[in-house]
Amino acid sequence: MSVAVKKDFEQPKDFKFSKENMVKVELHIAKYPKGRQASAVMALLTLAQEQHDGWIPEAAMEEIARILDMPRVKVFEVATFYTMYNLSPKGKHHIQFCTTTPCWLAGSAEVVRACEKHLGIHLGETTPDGEFHLSDVECLGACVNAPVFQHNGDDFYEDLTPENVVKVLDDMKAGKARPGSQTGRVTSMSIKGATTLHDQAKKAGVKENS
Amino acid sequence: MLADKDRIFTNIYGFESAGLKAAQARGVWSGTKEIMAKGQDWIIEEVKKSDLRGRGGAGFPTGMKWSFMPKESKDGRPNYLVINADESEPGTCKDRDIIRHEPHRLIEGALLASYAMRAHACYIYIRGEFMREAEALQNAIEEAYEAKLVGKNACGSGWDFDIYVHRGAGAYICGEETALLNSLEGKKGQPRNKPPFPAGAGLYACPTTVNNVETIAVVPEITKRGASWFASFGREKNRGTKLFCISGHVNTPCNVEEAMSVPLKEIIEKHGGGVRGGWDNLLAVIPGGSSTRLLPKSICDDVLMDFDALREQNSGLGTAAIIVMDKSTDIVYAIARLARFYWHESCGQCTPCREGTGWMYRIMQRMVRGEARLDEIDMLLDIGHQIEGHSICAHGDASAWPIQGLINHFRPELERRINEYRKKLVA
Repeated sequence: MSVAVKKDFEQPKDFKFSKENMVKVELHIAKYPKGRQASAVMALLTLAQEQHDGWIPEAAMEEIARILDMPRVKVFEVATFYTMYNLSPKGKHHIQFCTTTPCWLAGSAEVVRACEKHLGIHLGETTPDGEFHLSDVECLGACVNAPVFQHNGDDFYEDLTPENVVKVLDDMKAGKARPGSQTGRVTSMSIKGATTLHDQAKKAGVKENS
Repeated sequence: MLADKDRIFTNIYGFESAGLKAAQARGVWSGTKEIMAKGQDWIIEEVKKSDLRGRGGAGFPTGMKWSFMPKESKDGRPNYLVINADESEPGTCKDRDIIRHEPHRLIEGALLASYAMRAHACYIYIRGEFMREAEALQNAIEEAYEAKLVGKNACGSGWDFDIYVHRGAGAYICGEETALLNSLEGKKGQPRNKPPFPAGAGLYACPTTVNNVETIAVVPEITKRGASWFASFGREKNRGTKLFCISGHVNTPCNVEEAMSVPLKEIIEKHGGGVRGGWDNLLAVIPGGSSTRLLPKSICDDVLMDFDALREQNSGLGTAAIIVMDKSTDIVYAIARLARFYWHESCGQCTPCREGTGWMYRIMQRMVRGEARLDEIDMLLDIGHQIEGHSICAHGDASAWPIQGLINHFRPELERRINEYRKKLVA
């Protein structure tokens, strides 16, 4: 349930939200009733992580506690409870493989192995050049497009195979990877074409299942 | 098979834009004001008559749930609607498609449901991993504000209505409604004791109803086409259309909207492209997401996909996430991996669940190799019984169900592995 905090890196002394992000901070706080500003703690932690190269330093938690007028320990509790908050640096490309049963049935183990071999690291490790960090996560909620991985907590790469995943990693390094299905599927539709919504498919020029 | 004209989610695959204009062309946001003019109690009655049951897993009658909300505030506390978009049940990916391709159906439903329950504010709690989906939803909400469909005097109805997106950050347990409320309040996502139930004291201790995305998104069509239309699909008490997710060992995994009570075999063959290697190559199916007990092929042959039919088979419809496993599957590993999931996702609050899920996972790991004693099969069941009913929420109970399904239907396979491992040791 929690993320272990490794100590082999430097914690910055200070953290301040950028001017731009301070505007967002205010917007998040405004979503909740007066006096309920603690509700914005998750959004602020996410914002801090985005601003600080994909991980949340302790100084950011203290700053958030100050902004939201919360006890520091309450912010620490939230930051350590949820798996998407990184409390240590994770590399430029954080690749999170889903390995739960539906993805495993679709071959996630082979996909992970192909990546490990290609990058020369194991799950939980970062490449020496700091480009890639591999981890495994629980169900990402894209099971009909399994296997999938998530990149830096935003884009999903779907319908992976041991072959196409290696290409995705290379493309990613070159800054030209395209998220979504890697086999050219239309989102969660059957790869053989639409089995329902025939008029809509025709109108959109999507092939139908024969 | 459900006719295309009766499908609610006509843009489920994202053929068209998710934007307001395209949504309006599909009939979303048409006649919303007129529906609201019929009154709050009319909407609740119509939803009751439609026999809609919650689409998030438990299948509680939606109209009844709504009627638990206080009709007027005696102490100044407001009512809230909270929409559970923390879709994380392994196998389930239907709400994702609603949010990214049909967000306006969800927002329209949120307005109608909030109005019916006298709520002026709605929070949509979306799982943190759904970053792009949250963006699509936020865009749609901004469009709706711009067009005065939500906000002050929403749709010209005289009802003020605000709607907000709250992103989670990766915790399966936040799909449990009281954990979700705690998370929304800025705390660790740990479930609360019930009572008090959310309808009495939920978000910020105010009356709150928590509904699944799909439940809310079908409400506009129910009120527009009529309860009797919705209730014309499926069997008694299992009415309506439903989104199914077909994953695992099928030829063409996909999401699809079908009528309730569709036979499992039919939906796998028609939409999933059939089991890899043919129907006779089927080993087992988990019919409703990871928490439901698996069904061996003999039951899959003719079981119907609805709440009651699957309950009779000691399983459940859950989220209608069909996970198909063919004969090549290491069924013990498949369930052991789910045991790891429940162990990893236990919030740690109640000792039986926190410790018990770990015990079960560790024993299951040895079961995969056969490195166990025969009496440990019954010990697994016993641990499950010790957890069930001894934790605040249903996570503990749910962690035992996949293992119970395995033992009920595949005990000989477990015994075979144990005996074989023994033989190897002796040799």
